[in-house]
Amino acid sequence: MVQPTKLSVWRREFVLEALRNAGRKLHPKTQWHNPVMFCVEIGAALITSLIVARLFQGGTREIRFDAQIALWLWLTVYFANFAEALAEIRGKAQSNSLKSLRKNLMAKRLSSRDRKSVSTVSAADLKKGDLVLIEAGDLIPGDGEVIEGVSLVDESAVTGESAPVIRESGGDRSAVTGGTRVLSDWIVVRISANPGETFLDKMISLVEGAIRSKTPNEIALSILLISLTIIFVFATATIEPFLRFYGGTSSVTQLVSLFVALAPTTIGALLSAIGIAGMNRLLQINVLAFSGRAVEAAGDVDTVLLDKTGTITLGNRQAVEFIASPGRDERRLAEASQLASLSDQTPEGRSIVVLAKKKFGIREHQFGTKEKVEFIPFTAQSRLSGVNMNGTKIRKGAMDAIRAFIKTINPEAEIDRQTLASLDRIARAGGTPLVVVENDQTLGVIHLKDVLKGGISERLKRLRTMGIKSVMITGDNPVTAASIAAEAGVADFVSEAKPEDKLSLIRRYQSEGHMVAMIGDGTNDAPAIAQADVGLAMNTGTSAAREAGNMLDLDSNPTKLIEVVEVGKQILITRGTLTTFSIANDIAKYFAILPALFVPFFPSLQVLNIMKLASPQSAILSAIIFNAVIIPSLIPIALRGAKYVPKSATALLRRNLFIYGLGGIVLPFIGIKIIDLIVHLLRLVQ
Amino acid sequence: MNPNLYFLKPVAECAFFIALILIAAKPVGLYLYSSLNGNPSRLTAPLRRLERLFRRAAGARFLEEQGWAQYGKSVLVFNAMGIGVLLLLELIQKWLPLNPQRLGNVPFDLAFNTAVSFGTNTNWQSYVPERTMSYLTQMLGLAVQNFLSATTGIAVALALIRGFIRKEAKSIGNFWVDLSRSIVYVLLPLSLLFSVVLLWQGVPQNFGPSVQATTLEGDTQVIPQGPVASQEAIKELGTNGGGFFNANSSHPYENPTPLTNLLELLAIILIPAGLIYAFGKMTGDIRQGRALMKAVLVLYATGLAVVVFSEWRGNPLVQKEFAAIVETGHSQYQPGGNLEGKEERFGIAASSLFTTSTTATSCGAVNNMHSSLAPMSGFVALFNMQLGEIVFGGVGSGLYMLILFAVVTVFIAGLMVGRTPEYLGKKIGPLEIKLTVLAVLVSSIMILVVAAAGSLVAGAKASVGNPGPHGFSEILYAATSAAANNGSAFASLNANTLFWNISLALAMLVGRYVPIILTLRLAGALAQRRYTAVTSGSFPTTGWTFVLLLVAIIILVGGLTFMPALTLGPVVEHLMMLSGSVF
Repeated sequence: MVQPTKLSVWRREFVLEALRNAGRKLHPKTQWHNPVMFCVEIGAALITSLIVARLFQGGTREIRFDAQIALWLWLTVYFANFAEALAEIRGKAQSNSLKSLRKNLMAKRLSSRDRKSVSTVSAADLKKGDLVLIEAGDLIPGDGEVIEGVSLVDESAVTGESAPVIRESGGDRSAVTGGTRVLSDWIVVRISANPGETFLDKMISLVEGAIRSKTPNEIALSILLISLTIIFVFATATIEPFLRFYGGTSSVTQLVSLFVALAPTTIGALLSAIGIAGMNRLLQINVLAFSGRAVEAAGDVDTVLLDKTGTITLGNRQAVEFIASPGRDERRLAEASQLASLSDQTPEGRSIVVLAKKKFGIREHQFGTKEKVEFIPFTAQSRLSGVNMNGTKIRKGAMDAIRAFIKTINPEAEIDRQTLASLDRIARAGGTPLVVVENDQTLGVIHLKDVLKGGISERLKRLRTMGIKSVMITGDNPVTAASIAAEAGVADFVSEAKPEDKLSLIRRYQSEGHMVAMIGDGTNDAPAIAQADVGLAMNTGTSAAREAGNMLDLDSNPTKLIEVVEVGKQILITRGTLTTFSIANDIAKYFAILPALFVPFFPSLQVLNIMKLASPQSAILSAIIFNAVIIPSLIPIALRGAKYVPKSATALLRRNLFIYGLGGIVLPFIGIKIIDLIVHLLRLVQ
Repeated sequence: MNPNLYFLKPVAECAFFIALILIAAKPVGLYLYSSLNGNPSRLTAPLRRLERLFRRAAGARFLEEQGWAQYGKSVLVFNAMGIGVLLLLELIQKWLPLNPQRLGNVPFDLAFNTAVSFGTNTNWQSYVPERTMSYLTQMLGLAVQNFLSATTGIAVALALIRGFIRKEAKSIGNFWVDLSRSIVYVLLPLSLLFSVVLLWQGVPQNFGPSVQATTLEGDTQVIPQGPVASQEAIKELGTNGGGFFNANSSHPYENPTPLTNLLELLAIILIPAGLIYAFGKMTGDIRQGRALMKAVLVLYATGLAVVVFSEWRGNPLVQKEFAAIVETGHSQYQPGGNLEGKEERFGIAASSLFTTSTTATSCGAVNNMHSSLAPMSGFVALFNMQLGEIVFGGVGSGLYMLILFAVVTVFIAGLMVGRTPEYLGKKIGPLEIKLTVLAVLVSSIMILVVAAAGSLVAGAKASVGNPGPHGFSEILYAATSAAANNGSAFASLNANTLFWNISLALAMLVGRYVPIILTLRLAGALAQRRYTAVTSGSFPTTGWTFVLLLVAIIILVGGLTFMPALTLGPVVEHLMMLSGSVF
């Protein structure tokens, strides 16, 4: 799957293929799967056969009209099939490229772990438990677990992400995916999936839509559409007996036309395209949904559990401020802090060096050869780090560790009150203070702080406007947790949480009637991911987590959940708006066709012809043409999704009602009138 | 008074009546809420003993919580028994007591039609009561069914509400408990009270034979008698509508005074309106009930406005062609308008109110002849029924059908807020929508099929009393009234024929029990569902946006189906009247 984002469906070859496939779908066996359009097809076939029969009898009465109606009915069905075919095509293109990946995979199978006896076999022959050797440049033949070695792996073929990732034995980065390429070194992998069950296979079938079963809501909507279709069968079929009461009659063409105009053909034609396109949109943002149900659930989510670390904050704390002790220079503090952190390779240590450079332009100190320098690394016992330089001892660390340190130099030494006050202030704000000393002199305090990820506040705000509650989970103490929660703007947080707490938290929310989404990557996340209504697993995660989720984020970007929710909502909104539009259309169609049917018997009904359509035949034909061409005109909305703006439910409803409800009432009046003018101008019918 | 302001009187009358409904809905709703939940108010607490008696008679086995299937079975068995007993009574009344007029046994097809009609809360009457039914049949058969059919509606509505408010539950209540509570605490005391008021106003209650009177001209007139007051009260309170006399509420013995007319009007709408309020209370959010009430009032007021306007304006042809003979204008000497088929003592407004109310609810009692309505008033009467009797609707049945429409609305429009549809905290999935839509549409299909059959079958057409569109409206009205379980008639159709008796009885049965069973099945499915929390992202089912949406869906889904039929009936008649021909 090479950057699917760039694949536009409107490419020439796609459209041509969709046009071909749409014709194939006209076969009744296939068409049956779309009952509304199947009914239209029956109507078209009925009129067509009546025309043929009449031709054989030598009659030509009204044949021009009937033939045009039949043509447009066939086109209506064809347009519907075209929409579906076009939606399917992008998936097909993607699955083809994945399939070619699978075809030529070869594997170096090992008979034991010692990498001696290598036999080359086809990847298709690999079984669960086999060991394979993969060297730089090789494609990984199947899903598995690295049991030996470390290498850089290019997973772009599957994830679309071009930056290579490290895969190594043990820990959370041991899972590899078939079809990805090893760039450096070598690894030994134990195959964990039989052929046909690998991730690549799963993905191909997902993309192809082979296992795409209709979602519950899609089924429910189909039922509604079928029911409406049935009632319109009765509404139109009973017209003939009603007219007979007056000694009048109508033609099959007229009644079929009215039926097709009233039946919810617009949404019936686009319903399956909306679903397929929605799944494809998820693929475009590199999220694989294992079921359509999960996508639908994403739209329903009202509670989101977010891990603090990695989702709301950058992985680690960072230095944000130097606070000099009374009488000390802030620059001197910064210099000392930088020196003390030079040997500290932790992200916190690096951030101190960076802050000193940023604030005072202090370059990293270059030590001369004469200088007697000794770095003191951080140990769990001493709980401080620093440097001994020309007899000066610089240390940084937590307050109690530093206090103990200065006592060893000068038993009288104390940390001054003002510095203690800053320490307290930082701790209360949820930060982590480090004290920096030079020998027994306190220089000041470094403020380490959890730094929010860029843009996270806006994203959380967006969730809030959607009516979704965000809950932060962290192992921090309540004070730290509260301050980060407030800063990020999460609605609620759970502090001092153990991994297993997530599961019970999700259960609790669910029992209160909430739909919960959660993201996770670790093995201990797996039960919670499985319990959540939407469990988004990170592709970098353990295979346990990946198995547990019902969605997989190939980019492993935890904030992706917001996009997933939006795509879920968008699919539902698109369905709802087009259904509303389709039903609202009926009003204008009644005003077009009913006078056309009844005016011959009751001339006074002419007042109902409020569009002033040229003739009964022209009115019916225009309504049918409108009914047909509205389908391809709405394909872009069906494939792209109706516009989604995060808003409150009421605001969203009003907006969509205005556009699709009111629009659905007004537009056909205008459209049918314009078509009627053209039909009349071209003298297509009497 | 300035002649241009004459129209203010009917407008004021209508506004007064709507205000009365609004005032009454809340206290009645609260009363229904507490008594139907088994906590009767202090006033009716003594009746608790009566309910206990019922319960003891029934035995504990009958009072356990029921799943939807059991509940449905109870409903069907109970109703079948009721219809059976009534049928039997009619077939053998000749040999039974309380028959001073010595009326014969009722022919089978008419007896069947009538038994079904009263069992289904339709009260369609193909016969002239005072010449067909003995007092015993009226009291023991018809009046009893008036109570029982109304309680069936209440019970089903209660079961559906429980489906929404229960969480992951298997049962939806107990039919026998719901039945006894709604009879003992609601229908019996209210009917008793109302009967007494009617007696005071002059409605007879006796078992005497018809009285012979000599008129001023010296002719003899037969004045039928009977136990009218007791039956009159439940006729309205239970939205039954089956009159003791053929003339129904236009008969001075059924509806003697302006006060009884007002009270009868109010009695028709009282319980359906109160139930809507009680529904909100039961869901724990009275705004839910208020939203449904607003939607209903929008539909009611719109229909009423059309009827009042059409009747007030009268027939323009009469005004033009017969101005010399007939005075139909509004003046200080007469109210004017279309008074054909109306009681002079009620006039335009009270007749229009009655017509709108009786067709909006599933009552079917009339105080004027619907066949004589202006075509567009007939349109409103037909449309009210065709919507599925949800504008207040029948006792209980109006509420559950209205809730089903709310479900359809939520389903179609709910998606537009980007969540799968839910109503009152319950998700509407494939099973739920299937049951809902079928329940909503089945009576529509029945109406169309029966009307089509009536238009085709030669024998059926022969019953039509007028030519042209008015005749077609008669057929459409009969089919509609039966399938929607209303029971009022465009009386010029002679419905006492084999075809109409049987086909209308079938329409009544299907239009009543298919939705009931589907509704109970829906209640069962909903009760089992997990509760979904209502958040700011949920589809709002209160407030005016939802109200107007609900109105639109009711009109689009419930009404669009009938546009061809209505166009060929009242619409054509109206337009032809404007262009100079009447039927």
